Amino acid sequence: MSAADPMLPTLFVVRRVQRETPDVVSLELVAAEGETNFRFLPGQFNMLTVFGHGEVPMSITGDGARPDVLVHTTRAVGAVSEAICRLKTGDVVGIRGPYGTAWPIEEARGQDVVVVAGGMGLAPLRGALLAIQANRSKYGRFFLVYGARSPADLLYRRQLHQWRGRFDMGVHVTVDHAQTDWIGHVGLVTRLLPRLSFAPSDTVALVCGPEVMMRYAAMDLEKRGVDPGRIYLSMERNMKCGVGLCGHCQLGPHFICKDGPVFTARAMRPLMTVREL
Amino acid sequence: MSEHLRQAERGILARSDFDALLAELTARGYRIIGPVVRDAAIGYHDISCARDLPVGWSDEQQGGRYRLQPRDDASVFGFTVGANSLKPFLLPSQVSLWQAERQDRGWKILNRQAKTARPLAFVGVRACDLAAVAIHDRVLRDGTHADPTYCARRDGSFVVAVNCAQAASTCFCTSMGTGPRAVAGFDLALTELLDPDRHVFVVEAGSDAGRDVLAALPSAAATAADIDAAVAVSARAAAQVGRKLNTEGLPALLAASAEHPSWNEVALRCLSCGNCAQVCPTCFCTTATDCADLSGGFVERTRRWDSCFSVEYAHIHGGSVRPSTRARYRQWLTHKMGTWLAQFGSSGCVGCGRCITWCPVGIDLTAQARILQGATAKEGDHGNA
Amino acid sequence: METLERVLSEQAFMHGLRPEHVSILVGCATNVRFDAGEQLFAEGDEARQFFMIRQGHVLLETHVPGRGGVTVQTVGAGEILGWSWLVPPYEWRISARATELTRAIALDGTCLRHKCEADHDLGYEILKRFAHIINERLDAARMQLLDLYAKSAPARKGR
Repeated sequence: MSAADPMLPTLFVVRRVQRETPDVVSLELVAAEGETNFRFLPGQFNMLTVFGHGEVPMSITGDGARPDVLVHTTRAVGAVSEAICRLKTGDVVGIRGPYGTAWPIEEARGQDVVVVAGGMGLAPLRGALLAIQANRSKYGRFFLVYGARSPADLLYRRQLHQWRGRFDMGVHVTVDHAQTDWIGHVGLVTRLLPRLSFAPSDTVALVCGPEVMMRYAAMDLEKRGVDPGRIYLSMERNMKCGVGLCGHCQLGPHFICKDGPVFTARAMRPLMTVREL
Repeated sequence: MSEHLRQAERGILARSDFDALLAELTARGYRIIGPVVRDAAIGYHDISCARDLPVGWSDEQQGGRYRLQPRDDASVFGFTVGANSLKPFLLPSQVSLWQAERQDRGWKILNRQAKTARPLAFVGVRACDLAAVAIHDRVLRDGTHADPTYCARRDGSFVVAVNCAQAASTCFCTSMGTGPRAVAGFDLALTELLDPDRHVFVVEAGSDAGRDVLAALPSAAATAADIDAAVAVSARAAAQVGRKLNTEGLPALLAASAEHPSWNEVALRCLSCGNCAQVCPTCFCTTATDCADLSGGFVERTRRWDSCFSVEYAHIHGGSVRPSTRARYRQWLTHKMGTWLAQFGSSGCVGCGRCITWCPVGIDLTAQARILQGATAKEGDHGNA
Repeated sequence: METLERVLSEQAFMHGLRPEHVSILVGCATNVRFDAGEQLFAEGDEARQFFMIRQGHVLLETHVPGRGGVTVQTVGAGEILGWSWLVPPYEWRISARATELTRAIALDGTCLRHKCEADHDLGYEILKRFAHIINERLDAARMQLLDLYAKSAPARKGR
């Protein structure tokens, strides 16, 4: 969606609101005027405006093969995201995008793929998971390890069940806190990695979650033998424009909005270990 | 340098004919911006005639200090850089990005009136400020996405540069390769020659538009002696530049110095006020705020200048990524003199020295660079001229 | 039918041990099995054993008044469970319960401890391996403590 003025939003209407957890909502958006044909690559983001509240960067969390609907999954963590979580069917929002770099779906062909998601990190990865599933035969072994805070915070439950039912994909879920009625895994998401039988020298890893989690997950994957140039992370910083003009999203020399948000662990390692960079 | 001058279109404009230049620009529909004495400083404001200029004024600048000084001659441009650059005009401090009005359940983005503002003519632009505009062109105009506000003001603007005849103690353009002589990026460039019996400007055209304007002025031919005199003016100014910065290997050094103890020292003095970012001609960061009226039916998004010194600048859910002044000062300097190169192909600093002058505590970024390069604190010379 | 010796030798824990040390461990080992819901040990019990989980899933739980039973961590196939037998007062500090059919090799910790006192080479080998396990668990526990998926960090003061 490019406009002559990159700062003008395009209007979209909320078609459906899906409550994923008590504080997370998925919105299905369609164009306010005309046909919805929103093409994007999984990993990219939009700048989403809630009129009267503000604009925030939001990962696009839907299926890249379905340009007829735009999906965003949001957690209420601030003024604007709380406003997003209060939206109802029929409400109008502003969209600028898609911006940024994408998960290396094409480049990962022919290799084993390990997807490591922490907390909300599963949302920006969903499009990548769907894209790989849609072309499953082009990839080697395929795993998802997903860690959430507690069983109540698991996202996309229905899809998780579907994916667990597949015979061509390993799905492992863990939580940090649980009551004893949860009989699944409890503990750090990276503790699930030793269970996966992937060939480290022939693996691409997609990692998304809180920065500390990504740092340790990348370290563990590297210890296992995965090349840090083949471990991909999705980074996050404050954004005001999304198009490389406001300066806010800089991390070292990179603008997260145009050089990212998807970066290799190799590029990020020297930056992630500097305090307050 | 003189070879360049000989090949360009040039002429001599008498001091008494200076208003002809301004009148010509006005007749062509420009809004003229030039240096003016206001609020005890020289800065760019609207001008209409030569009388508006700081005739007979000079400035004295040091870390944390700016004073106007009267000259004992009638020099028109006998000063260096003031508090502002072209930035407030090309990248205004406050811009309305869009407005929206509620319609039933939805919203309508109102058509922005394309304001037919007069094109801008800048008179008296120093070489360092020219370099800064060239840097902003790369950042705001030549990237994947261009800023329409900047482009609208930049396109069709006319630049009359002035070659510095002196240097302030805070200047270091020679180290940054940006001055003191303007070599590109101008339509016309003036070098003031003030002798007891002659007060003229050597005018050099740097573009077709400049040649066009020059042709309409009552100018005389410039002699070889005039050209040499003009070049000598710049040489004298260059010789006066006392502040130096060794830029070789600086980006790599900054990247490797994230935990250098000297950042702690600077942080003890830095107020995180952001003055440096405000007066810096290349700082470009902005923020956007949405404001609704009381009824909630009308919303306006405004873009404002921002700087990495504000705590909210790097705020993500959970808090700021750079809560300490130490980290924010480090970010500003490392970006300006380090990562800018990887991002935009040049240093972000043009050596104008404004950040040193206008810092309330006189922090000198060249001194900080020297400390990182191995100088002791005394050699680094913080807070002194 | 697999001998206990062969099964034990295949455990990663055993790699690199001298044959005489392997024999000592075999001498301390028994095959055990727990049905779904069966408790392996309870908080406060004397810690006489540790387990090499071969198959299944065990949760480590503690009771928090007002919160009920809270699972702190789960342990699965290929992992070692329990080092309280190594550290005085040799008591379990947490309870463990199988959530599904779980097969493990149980090692007599009390017996092994005495053997380690007698043979310090063996003791060092055992301690090296447990240092590694404890280190990993501590790392993981610290990360869990960070509560990274919680909504927001406590407010930080900036200068």
